[in-house]
Amino acid sequence: MIPPLIVDEALRKGLHIIAVTDHNAVGNAAAVMEAAVGSGLWVMPGMELQCQEEVDALCLFDTLEQAQAWEAQVRAVALPFRHDAERFGPQYRVDAEGDFIAEDDSFYQGPAQIPLEEAAAAVHALGGLFIPAHIERPMKGLLGVLGLWPAQLRADAAELSPNLRPSAARQRFRLPPELPLITSSDAHWLAVIGSVMTIFVLEGPPSIAELRRALRGEGERRVVVP
Amino acid sequence: MILRDIVTQLDLQVLAGEGALDQEVTGGYIADLLSCVMAGAQPGQLWFTLQTHLNIVAVASLVGVAAIVITEAAAVGPETINRAAGEGVVLLRSAEPTFETVMKLARLL
Repeated sequence: MIPPLIVDEALRKGLHIIAVTDHNAVGNAAAVMEAAVGSGLWVMPGMELQCQEEVDALCLFDTLEQAQAWEAQVRAVALPFRHDAERFGPQYRVDAEGDFIAEDDSFYQGPAQIPLEEAAAAVHALGGLFIPAHIERPMKGLLGVLGLWPAQLRADAAELSPNLRPSAARQRFRLPPELPLITSSDAHWLAVIGSVMTIFVLEGPPSIAELRRALRGEGERRVVVP
Repeated sequence: MILRDIVTQLDLQVLAGEGALDQEVTGGYIADLLSCVMAGAQPGQLWFTLQTHLNIVAVASLVGVAAIVITEAAAVGPETINRAAGEGVVLLRSAEPTFETVMKLARLL
């Protein structure tokens, strides 16, 4: 999963937009963004946040600066451990060519000690999108952990696991009718990139604002899970 | 056993639901995954958890548990306490971890 291979695979699968969302971390987003320059692929810097309740949520941004500001907030409330490279393998930071820059011993596992609703508000304050991830999963999925969709949660959408159709999810769970549902591949291996996707029909160049408008169905914009 | 007696014997803090302590407790259930609680907990049970999100009130109300017992002195936000008070859900807190709290209860039953 080095940056040029991620970009090549995404283009080969016909994708126009991808997001780099490491667990509680943003450190490798810059390299993928750089690797995609001039390729036509838009790479969003982001994070798969695990919040205090142990619910995962995608946090997506326009700029690296926004994503890094969010990462700083998350690091401030991370669990106080160091990464054990001997037990769990090394964590590398790489450049746009995929070459080694440094080893990172920060602890990115486990929940950041920030409540779900506060995290959503903080991401929105930075201009980002907040999308609870794989919501139907028993562990780390919002519905598994919290049982019910929280009425007060300001989320831009909810992500379903690749094998769950939006129509089936709405039958199985009581979800707000206005809550947009998306799917994404959650690719941890190159081959999985683009295995499922969500089509965002936009009216302008891709940006977080355009994605938000598509999620809200403004104008001719819409989202389609093929 | 009556909930009020358990509160006294286990030295539990009453965060909400003071007016509903004179009910019979039928047993207990321990889980932090609310989907498990919805599927497995029974009315009248004490539900022990570390989860303090607002949704615990809705789930407790849905299942009809006698009370929620937050263990390990976990911090509970005012939204959760206010919602519990508003819905008449008994919200208790133990200073000790779940295991010790439940062991004490087991000796009483």
